[in-house]
Amino acid sequence: MSESNGNGADAGFKSLRLVPRTDTEYKMKDFKSDQEVRWCPGCGDYAILAAFQGFLPELGVPRENIVIVSGIGCSSRFPYYLSTYGMHSIHGRAPAIATGLAASRPDLSVWVITGDGDGLSIGGNHLIHALRRNVNINVLLFNNRIYGLTKGQYSPTSETGKVTKSSPMGSLDTPFNPVSLALGAEAGFVARTVDSDRKHVTSVLRAAAEHEGASFVEIYQNCPIFNDDAFEPLKDPGERDMRLLRMEHGEPLRIGSDRGVVAGDYGELSVADVAEVGEDALLRHDAHRADPGYAFALSRMDYPAFEHVPIGVFRDVDRPTYDGQMADQLAAARTERGGQAELAALLSSGDTWTVD
Amino acid sequence: MTKQVQQIDRVIIRFAGDSGDGMQLTGDRFTQETASFGNDLSTLPNFPAEIRAPAGTLPGVSSFQLHFADHDIMTPGDAPNVLVAMNPAALKANVEDLPRGATVIVNTDEFTKRSLAKVGYDSDPLSDGSLSEYKVSQVPLTSMTVKALEEFDISKKDAQRAKNMFALGLLSWMYNRPTEGTLGFLKSKFSGKPEILAANVAAFQAGWNFGETTEDFAVSYEVKPAKLPSGTYRNITGNLAISYGLIAGSQLSGLPLFLGSYPITPASDILHELSRHKQLGVRTFQAEDEIAGVGAALGAAFGGSLGVTTTSGPGMVLKAESLGLAVMTELPLLVIDVQRAGPSTGMPTKTEQADLLMAMFGRNGESPVPVLAPQSPSDCFDIAIEATRIATKYRTPVIVLSDGYLANGSEPWRIPEVGGLPDLSVDFATEPNGADDSFQPYLRDPETLARPWAVPGTAGLEHRIGGIEKSDGTGNISYSPSNHDLMVRSRQAKVDGIARDIPELQVDDPTGDADVLVLGWGGTYGSIGAGVRRVRRAGGKVAQAHLRHLNPFPENLGAVLGSYDRVVVPEINLGQLSMLLRSRYLVDVISYTKVRGLPFKAEELAGVVQEVIDRV
Repeated sequence: MSESNGNGADAGFKSLRLVPRTDTEYKMKDFKSDQEVRWCPGCGDYAILAAFQGFLPELGVPRENIVIVSGIGCSSRFPYYLSTYGMHSIHGRAPAIATGLAASRPDLSVWVITGDGDGLSIGGNHLIHALRRNVNINVLLFNNRIYGLTKGQYSPTSETGKVTKSSPMGSLDTPFNPVSLALGAEAGFVARTVDSDRKHVTSVLRAAAEHEGASFVEIYQNCPIFNDDAFEPLKDPGERDMRLLRMEHGEPLRIGSDRGVVAGDYGELSVADVAEVGEDALLRHDAHRADPGYAFALSRMDYPAFEHVPIGVFRDVDRPTYDGQMADQLAAARTERGGQAELAALLSSGDTWTVD
Repeated sequence: MTKQVQQIDRVIIRFAGDSGDGMQLTGDRFTQETASFGNDLSTLPNFPAEIRAPAGTLPGVSSFQLHFADHDIMTPGDAPNVLVAMNPAALKANVEDLPRGATVIVNTDEFTKRSLAKVGYDSDPLSDGSLSEYKVSQVPLTSMTVKALEEFDISKKDAQRAKNMFALGLLSWMYNRPTEGTLGFLKSKFSGKPEILAANVAAFQAGWNFGETTEDFAVSYEVKPAKLPSGTYRNITGNLAISYGLIAGSQLSGLPLFLGSYPITPASDILHELSRHKQLGVRTFQAEDEIAGVGAALGAAFGGSLGVTTTSGPGMVLKAESLGLAVMTELPLLVIDVQRAGPSTGMPTKTEQADLLMAMFGRNGESPVPVLAPQSPSDCFDIAIEATRIATKYRTPVIVLSDGYLANGSEPWRIPEVGGLPDLSVDFATEPNGADDSFQPYLRDPETLARPWAVPGTAGLEHRIGGIEKSDGTGNISYSPSNHDLMVRSRQAKVDGIARDIPELQVDDPTGDADVLVLGWGGTYGSIGAGVRRVRRAGGKVAQAHLRHLNPFPENLGAVLGSYDRVVVPEINLGQLSMLLRSRYLVDVISYTKVRGLPFKAEELAGVVQEVIDRV
């Protein structure tokens, strides 16, 4: 079941080089399950699901070799709506379960669907360790900055002072920045996108699938019931160009048409008028920088309140994968003897004696 | 001068010293020598959780007890005939366990005023007459070792450190042990350090020669090899046997082994051992925590591996949630709980069997899980294979309750022929099983009630599973009241039905007319067996039975319980099996319990049983 297709890099996504390829020309509908989708009307999850289903045919791998693993929460219902293999597991544990699956089955394309509560609160530990190990999985974290399924408590990404059912006088917590956290956890691939921009979501999914090893994608997702319009400044046509920093590798970092990002003496980033500093002073985005400091600086630009929000790929750096190295160790240890003889040799190893 | 050699049928030796004195290594080497000589044996290591407790203190004492004989024996022995005490703390911590007339070999170099005061000796026990009922041999072990190693180019500290090899050499002479194994062991251990190697070998030989020449030891002893069933043997600990059993389970089932584990005493040695066998396709994953360990194992099981997680009590607690998911998703999963004294951190290096009710019931909802328990170190091998069989055949998590005593204790193990082990081949689902070529992941096998196991990569069988209640057959999410009732009962019936597929409980009742039955489970088998032998030797009639399957129970258990006037249930907890037996069979068993972090003594159990016999 772990046959390599032996194809070269041109045959498909780099992260899927051990996954069999298929000639089947899938359509989006081939990835829809027969289950009725049950999110609230207007939920950002619908848009993400549609973008994901629309993207899966691009993978070029058999449907049966795709596995979606999720935790608990609104976003974690995702696997039921896809016609692939899937596991809707327990709160926060999806990265751990996916690690075992991916490490033992390099012939699978494994996707983890999680949310800000599932992935950053109860499952924060599993997330950071999966990222640092660089297991060949893709983690999509839907961030709506609220607990939805439990009906509206503040989450680890809710802004300080947020008034919710469990924080009537305002939340005391300092929120996580998921991208900063992922970078601090040694993630090799870190990106951010916004649910309503299907084209951008698809482009980020494509880049994540290309990356071999753990990829982390934060998707800003609207919860119309408990945190409606949380990302409105990034969606409102009049406002978004003032705020969105669309990162493209090799291109200058621009916000709208007349501003851009420049670096200070200590690597700190700031926004300047192009007319003032000149076109050449703008930083060109380099997602492949080995040093994560630059990507981290980018991730801090939205602080405190969506002032300038980078979207796209922050960091895309290759390093050996956990599952690949595990397979290498097994291959190096393998002998010609075969399992039964190897087992017999093991059982009778060490000091033995014979009784007649 | 040729010294007298005295034949004895068995002996119990305890090596005791500071945690840093190498007592575990010394005991282990003496055990290997004894094993290769062909005695039957049983060992009991006993050490503090602290890696290096303050030197010379009572909490820092580490000991290793070995019982060996020319006949088959069942326990490491109640009380040592010989105590080797490397310092005053080791003497003080162990002297109360000695029977009158026991031999005590003390390292006099450590009996300084300061060391004596440290453990609360007001006067020197070597001279104040308090040891008068023992045969005390005073040997300046440290200084003799240092003197023997004068010509070596090593530090004084390294020379002193070799004193355990001097002691080992002395005891090896006393009991006429073969020495090749130890010399070979030292060679490989110190292969990169020729000076240290030579010094250790010299210390060992100096100890041997001291025994042979000194007049302090007039007699050496010989314990003839035991007449064990024919075959090739090795000495094995429970943790090693479980590791081998898991690998065998993987080979016999054809499923690659995946261990997800987090280090924890006393289970870590299974992780260490399995990580060494990548040549057998074993994947080991040292997780970030206990939860991830079991989660990864379950993920691997979903993908068609033999998923295993290993832990002890504090880790079991954390795995409860994932175990529930395994119950709900009906995937094979092996959970090895090497029990230790609790609650909470408890006493990490001390044994207990108090996780039974947690294994049975420690999850939310109705969450039945088969539970097995090995009865001896070597039985850990068979129980791991049995757990593999049940987990894969019935698509269920299985909990194995080992314990610290079995894990670290050892005994001779007759190495099985691989060809004679059971075939555990697994049939994955490959074809649709429902109408219109659909796949129904929860369509049960009518006999076993197991659901099909379809692994990712199998075309046409794509399906979704998870922790939410499933609709019978389709596995889709269902909140239907009648469906939930059906599924709760189906999961229970599946586990209950395993009773038809396990051996009946065997009762050892040689005269056939005993009124009293002693029933145990897990690691107490040896102590109970030895206690029962004592009762029988004294003319008492008693039957013995031992449970390896705790859930479900063997089908004939109720009948067995009903056929004796009195049933005694000794446990190293406060009566957990007794509670299960009383509620299930309405039999008022006599619960005998003790929770000292140590195995029962045979003499103690013999007394308990005799008292019950006398009252019938």
